[in-house]
Amino acid sequence: MAKAELNPSDEQQVMKGTSAVAKGVMAADPDVISAYPITPQTGVVEKLSELVADGELDSEFIKVDSEFNAASTCIGASAAGARAFSATSSQGLKLMSEPLFTAAGMRLPIVMAVANRSLSAPLSIWADHTDAFAERDGGMLQFHAEDVQEAIDHVLMGFRVAEQVNLPVLSNFDGFILTHVQEPADIPSEEEVNEFLPPRDPEFTLDPSDPKTMGAYARPEHWTEARYEIQAAMMESKDVWAKTVEEFKEVFGRDYTEYNGMIDTYHGDADYRLVALGSMCGTIRGVIDQYREQGVDVGLVRPRVHRPFPTEEIRAALGDAEAVGVLTKEMSPGYESALAGEIKGTLYHAENQPPIKSFVIGMAGRDITAAEIGAMIEETMEASHPMTFDEQESWPQLREELLQTGGDN
Amino acid sequence: MSQSEDPYEDLTITTGAVVEPNTSRVNKTGSWRQFKPVVDPDACIACGQCDTYCPDQAAKPVEGKDLYGFDLDYCKGCGICDEVCPTDAIEMIREEK
Ligand code: SF4
Ligand code: SF4
Repeated sequence: MAKAELNPSDEQQVMKGTSAVAKGVMAADPDVISAYPITPQTGVVEKLSELVADGELDSEFIKVDSEFNAASTCIGASAAGARAFSATSSQGLKLMSEPLFTAAGMRLPIVMAVANRSLSAPLSIWADHTDAFAERDGGMLQFHAEDVQEAIDHVLMGFRVAEQVNLPVLSNFDGFILTHVQEPADIPSEEEVNEFLPPRDPEFTLDPSDPKTMGAYARPEHWTEARYEIQAAMMESKDVWAKTVEEFKEVFGRDYTEYNGMIDTYHGDADYRLVALGSMCGTIRGVIDQYREQGVDVGLVRPRVHRPFPTEEIRAALGDAEAVGVLTKEMSPGYESALAGEIKGTLYHAENQPPIKSFVIGMAGRDITAAEIGAMIEETMEASHPMTFDEQESWPQLREELLQTGGDN
Repeated sequence: MSQSEDPYEDLTITTGAVVEPNTSRVNKTGSWRQFKPVVDPDACIACGQCDTYCPDQAAKPVEGKDLYGFDLDYCKGCGICDEVCPTDAIEMIREEK
């Protein structure tokens, strides 16, 4: 992947993550932006409001009274044929959840930037992936960015893919770690984006001269088919995504084409492979370097796209590993980390089934240290079949002294 | 798109389940009512307030009369029309089989 250099080049600008994403959104030239503030997303819509107020961006900027209405406004605008954008986080994404399932069913290519944050209670404003994973089953495409550049690029590629397959997009980037960092990034110009992102051309729009019902009541004899159409569009989006990253590389020069753009790897053929999403992968790469210097053959597999799930790519990227460690900032109480479960399910049909150990870490912004990642690499190397459930999952950062239950997990 | 008697007839699932208008007309949604509105024809001044406020468009002018009535295929018995009627012409009475 083309990592931003420490010294910005002529084209690069250093700015806060939220502002950089807003500039990327501006380049996509949305017709309608709906806005409701929530930490740590607020900077995105704040910056967009400035750009609209200063006349730099010609969009309808609609301030609404809740995230429910922010999503609903995007639905109305998108149904009328507009390119619509909003941004949210955490509880705000939960409040959007109901209309977002509707947006998926109505097949509206709304793009939303999600500054990932934990969900209450206890209240926390800090980063993890609980919010994104809670929206997993709605029919929205989901991407996870590792750095600010990718967060910008995912919004642009998101519109490109969404408008071809008619599904909404949640473009995830970690709250604070990416929203509030100052990082050099290449802000795409509108001219470049024009070359990459054609105007939206919807099949149906709300039109008083041609009345129709969108997202109508469906009887039991029709509903399954509508849901199947979402599944078919998700599957189609894999090919569309693969073409999109190719075209993106041609126009912008940044190369996301590895594994059809679905997965990014670092020493991806190593004996022992870690899997993780988003910003923690920077630290993981550093620790991998240290271990490789000591002769430990360890690498990283980072799904960039989480929905559609990169099934074939995961099989190709993990099927021949000695053992796999999945590091996640989310988990599904009563089972385990959703990502680890999905990877296990995907490898069920693979020829080899490496032992998979899952680690729940970095929840609600808790720092992930190099030493902790090192310990997880070592535990992954010891993993072997068969494992009991307790052996499969661990919470390396758990502070048992804080627990009333004694923490016998 | 044109209007038809039953928009679900020959329905194929378009992108986004876009269908002809009027789909709600064939889905008679008023079957679980506990109370139904009944108009006193002498008190009704045909102001149309009940029609304006009814969330299900179940209040309609009665043809040929200076009077409003209610389409019980769609009325859910919420009583909003009773609340807004300026002449108190509507009474909600318990629906009994
Ligand atoms: S009771 Fe409610 S649903 Fe029925 S006619 Fe009156 S306002 Fe409409
Ligand atoms: S609101 Fe009352 S008076 Fe007015 S039309 Fe309806 S029933 Fe008649």
